[in-house]
Amino acid sequence: MTNQEEVKLLGFWVSPFVRRVEWALKLKGVEFEYIEEDVFNKSPLLLQLNPVHQKVPCLVYNDNKVISESFVILEFIDEIWKQNPLLPQDPHDRAKARFWAKFAEEKVFEGAWNALCSLGEEKERAVKLTIEAMEHIEGEMKRIDYFFGGESIGYLDIIMGWMAYWLPVFEEVGPIKILDPLRFPATIAWANRFLDHHVIKDNLPPRDKMIVYFHNRREVLSSISHGWLKI
Amino acid sequence: MADEVVLLDFWASIFGMRVRIALAEKGIKYENKEEDLWNKSPFLLQMNPIHKKIPVLIHNGKPICESLIIVQYIDEVWHDRAPLLPSDPYQRAQARFWADFIDKKIYDSGRKVWTTKGEEQEAGKKEFLDSLKTLEAELGDKPYFGGDSFGFVDIALVGFYSRFHAYETFGNFSVEAECPKLIAWAKRCMEKESVSKSLPDRKTVYEFFAQRRKKFGVE
Repeated sequence: MTNQEEVKLLGFWVSPFVRRVEWALKLKGVEFEYIEEDVFNKSPLLLQLNPVHQKVPCLVYNDNKVISESFVILEFIDEIWKQNPLLPQDPHDRAKARFWAKFAEEKVFEGAWNALCSLGEEKERAVKLTIEAMEHIEGEMKRIDYFFGGESIGYLDIIMGWMAYWLPVFEEVGPIKILDPLRFPATIAWANRFLDHHVIKDNLPPRDKMIVYFHNRREVLSSISHGWLKI
Repeated sequence: MADEVVLLDFWASIFGMRVRIALAEKGIKYENKEEDLWNKSPFLLQMNPIHKKIPVLIHNGKPICESLIIVQYIDEVWHDRAPLLPSDPYQRAQARFWADFIDKKIYDSGRKVWTTKGEEQEAGKKEFLDSLKTLEAELGDKPYFGGDSFGFVDIALVGFYSRFHAYETFGNFSVEAECPKLIAWAKRCMEKESVSKSLPDRKTVYEFFAQRRKKFGVE
């Protein structure tokens, strides 16, 4: 990192999307200033930086370049800082990583979040769909020896990292059962390796506070019919 | 070694159009295999077992799925000509952001306009037009979303132009009245052969959706 570079990250303590960006920056040894945002009382700064979605994470690079959406931010980070590459070099491998990232986000995260925040039949259906999606993830997990990035954490590990730490919290609060260790042994093994990594283990929100937070979110969101917002 | 490129496609799919345009921009020769979405071929199911959807690009036997992922793949493999994404990382991030916006906002709201009626259709219409207005503001006075050259965001959006006539008829509104600059942009894109040859005729699209609407019971 050059002396003239300035990196700021607008985040929210419990957001897994924000943590992805923190992990990526830390893995590359990039220094940044973290600014906590209260997403329930959005600051003028957030509304100015991300008027389209009004969400975190928001990365501000050298004061005037703002990037939003965690997937987009990760690719930007990988292109600006070349050390410890996150995405593979080969175009076909890159396409596969992007494919699984999208799949994990649309089918597993959305499914688990829906399962957490809904009731009755809708909840059961969401659990079922999420488990079906996880079967495909487990298939991919069985192909790797350590991380998707090889010996080091890569793009796909970062994108799916929430499964190692947030998903068990969703399961406890739900209550829902998704990550059966008998059904998903490769995923559980990967999750343990992920959480054990020095960059990750020191950069996770406190679990007890997460339980309280998601319990409250579940209460609020399950009372709105078919309405479920992220975080 | 000659590249073997096959595209599994469906004529009316805006996602298929994105890939057609990207391949045309790069001057890549390929075989287009039209799929019947109501009778999917075993080959499609083998090439895209997870989603069973088109488009699928098969390059020297290896499948790549998801239209924007395919377009980026095409840009990376055939990087020696007609760049689709900007070279500057920040500009690339902006392009990815807006392509993601288009995927999140335009398709589903547009779908509501043609598959529903009454209040639900009105809600879809509003979201559709609001999203187009946001895009129009982002375009500003630039000839293309990427600036002077046609690129990733243009490719992500322009296929929807083939459906505007259908949406306008079913939803009783005019995109041109609400977003004149966007229509001017679309017509500019249509002057490019890569676009005009990749988009189906709007009347054919309208008739196709009109038939489908009957199946949804909204006609």
